[in-house]
Amino acid sequence: MSANSAALKTFPHGVHPRECKESTEAKATRRLPFADEMRIPLSQHLGAPAKPIVREGQEVVRGEPIAEPGGFVSVPMHAPATGVVERIALAPDHRGGMSPSIFLRLYPSASQEILYGAPQDIDGLSPKELVSAVQATGVVGLGGAAFPTHVKLAVPEGKHVDTVIANGCECEPYLTTDHRVMLEQPGHIMDGLRIVMRAVGAERAIIGVEENKLDAVEKLRESVPAGLPVTVEPLRVKYPQGAEKMLAKALLGREIPSGGLPADAGVAVFNVATLAQVGDLLPKHQGLIERVVTLTGPGLARPGNYLIALGTPLRFALEQAGFDGHVSQVILGGPMMGATAASLDLPLTKGITGIVVMRPEDVLPPKKIYPCIKCGACLEACPMRLNPSRLGVLARKGMFQEMDERFHLRDCFECGCCSYVCPANIPLVQHFRIAKAQNRKRSVK
Amino acid sequence: MAVQPQVIQLRTSPHFHKAVTVQTIMLNVVYAMLPVCAWSVFQFGVSALALLLTTTAASVLTEHLICVFTKKETSVTDYSVVISGMLLGLTLPPGFPLWMAAVGGVVGIVMGKAIFGGIGFNCFNPALVGRAFLQASFTVAITTWTPANAPGRFFEFIPSTLAFPFTTPAAVDDWVAALHVDGWSGATPLAAFKFGGEMPPILDTFTGMTAGSLGETSSIIILICGLYLAARKFLDWRLPAGMLGAAFITSGIFWLMDMEQYPSPVFMLFTGGLMLGAWFMASDMVASPVTPLGVWIYSGLMGFLTIIIRLKGGLPEGVMYAILLGNAVSPIIDNMTQPRIYGAIRQKKVAK
Repeated sequence: MSANSAALKTFPHGVHPRECKESTEAKATRRLPFADEMRIPLSQHLGAPAKPIVREGQEVVRGEPIAEPGGFVSVPMHAPATGVVERIALAPDHRGGMSPSIFLRLYPSASQEILYGAPQDIDGLSPKELVSAVQATGVVGLGGAAFPTHVKLAVPEGKHVDTVIANGCECEPYLTTDHRVMLEQPGHIMDGLRIVMRAVGAERAIIGVEENKLDAVEKLRESVPAGLPVTVEPLRVKYPQGAEKMLAKALLGREIPSGGLPADAGVAVFNVATLAQVGDLLPKHQGLIERVVTLTGPGLARPGNYLIALGTPLRFALEQAGFDGHVSQVILGGPMMGATAASLDLPLTKGITGIVVMRPEDVLPPKKIYPCIKCGACLEACPMRLNPSRLGVLARKGMFQEMDERFHLRDCFECGCCSYVCPANIPLVQHFRIAKAQNRKRSVK
Repeated sequence: MAVQPQVIQLRTSPHFHKAVTVQTIMLNVVYAMLPVCAWSVFQFGVSALALLLTTTAASVLTEHLICVFTKKETSVTDYSVVISGMLLGLTLPPGFPLWMAAVGGVVGIVMGKAIFGGIGFNCFNPALVGRAFLQASFTVAITTWTPANAPGRFFEFIPSTLAFPFTTPAAVDDWVAALHVDGWSGATPLAAFKFGGEMPPILDTFTGMTAGSLGETSSIIILICGLYLAARKFLDWRLPAGMLGAAFITSGIFWLMDMEQYPSPVFMLFTGGLMLGAWFMASDMVASPVTPLGVWIYSGLMGFLTIIIRLKGGLPEGVMYAILLGNAVSPIIDNMTQPRIYGAIRQKKVAK
């Protein structure tokens, strides 16, 4: 950490988990081989599931659309490899349920060259046309949320976005994908920024990068094209700096209103990897079929950053990185917000930023849970300035509506800071997830 | 060949946790109180040691037995009950009969902690509940002071210490007279001021060369130990800051009104149980508010009440009741001081 880190911008509260990025941050992205079979879930983004436009038994070419969006808040799917559609059926998904997926068997002899797509002139497109062009690429938020990117580009009428924020914080421990994308594809990020700035009508863009990636800051600064109003701002290393609301606060001092959109604060926030994909795919009129993933954790012999075709089974991907089956937990995403995988047969989806493999010896047995001693550590940690202590007490009593009405449960974005600091080991975030789910159920009724 | 993994565990995020646990916090408070205890033993000898051991043992045993009877896992391992026991000992006069101290320990844990549901649920500081009970029950014994640094204190008990259970302790007047301590009035600095209008030098109250309860005589040791806790973030710094600040300001106002009648704020700050109370008693996390603003209000209220009771009440010392009153209103303060959440003000504007 540099000496002037105290002078850098940041947001109030937050935590400092250990970073664990040493094993992969310096490793250049390598392409992973193709698995023999792939599975493409039709719902790997937030919003309506995609609708398949291929039949069982149909041959598909790498990059070809195989499913169309199921609505405005939805994206199409593209074939990640050349092969044949084996079946379209229900399969276990990452959330523990079953959802429709397209099963693909690859042709072993296929060159896997992307034959689909044709250059298009994006400068001639109107902002509205840009939105549909971005939707056609199938790009969603690649930082983990998997929210369709084009929806953010369609700024509601009456609202004005003056600043685009590019999120290069990567505040989750272990993950280094955004870091590598910033070092390796700065040109694509700038192309992507130019596109989204035009689509939302922003006058400027700021790239926020945590100061543990100063090489990326430098690289990005060198790559800003003349005439593009983009600045790169190093930020203090603190979790969850990469949350959209925290970024708006740190970079601009603005708060996105509770229950509102980023556009209400005049900003639109995009992950750098998302921007790189938009900048790369849109001019070629291609679809999102692969992404950079950090395969890491003590359970892997060859941790690194890999370019992996979407739909690749996790087991195959992990084996390529030196996985020997000695495992206790497989975390999809970072250790602060990532969910554990129930099965290694799950496929890689658009929202998976990294896979952290923990061996049994790396995972502590569950600690004893004490009653809340009201130490206030969670209040000092919560970046939303909620009162997790009180929320936790109410959750134990099952007073879920009270949590929502009086203690702003809905503003919790489940970053996990409260659980991280809690000396009583109360699983606060899990309580809140359950409470939110119960409230949703009740409101549907 | 596909590698067959062992069983994969499902856990919920976050998968990282800070190493600090309830036990860590409580153990550090215990460590921080040890120098205070050591100083009291140095000043008051074996009687002080016996007293501290008695209150601690009584408290720990009570909590353990309650857990056994209610068929729960014993909760003494979280060390919070050790703090309560030590704190109770530190608030008692050096010659306090051991059997009474044991009763105080039992009552404090039963009435102050166990009936509410144990750690995390107590409305009041258990040590102070115990002391309040003792003050009401044994008014004479709890206001009988003996001089510090008595010769032979490391080998000889103060006569009242070993009083047989349920008997009135022996009077210590003859014993004290036999010590031939110059200028001994049998009063703490606060009592001396309140009932006699005399004040010992402030330096003595700072270093602990005065009469008083075990743990309240040396402000400097308490201050150092408290600062350690605050620096390690096992204690909210706002709490002692607010309480001492409010006490200083309140007594300062009285002093400026009439310097003849009222003692200086500095004297007020370093006498009696204010230091011990502010750093170790009011800071009972469970019985204090969680919101930062709430802590300011709560601690300010306690500092203010302490001085009002001292100057206007019938007792020379007001820290105990001030803290218990503060404990009582803490949930209300908490309710009234919910933090302003991120993005809240704008929302109101939008709603209009």
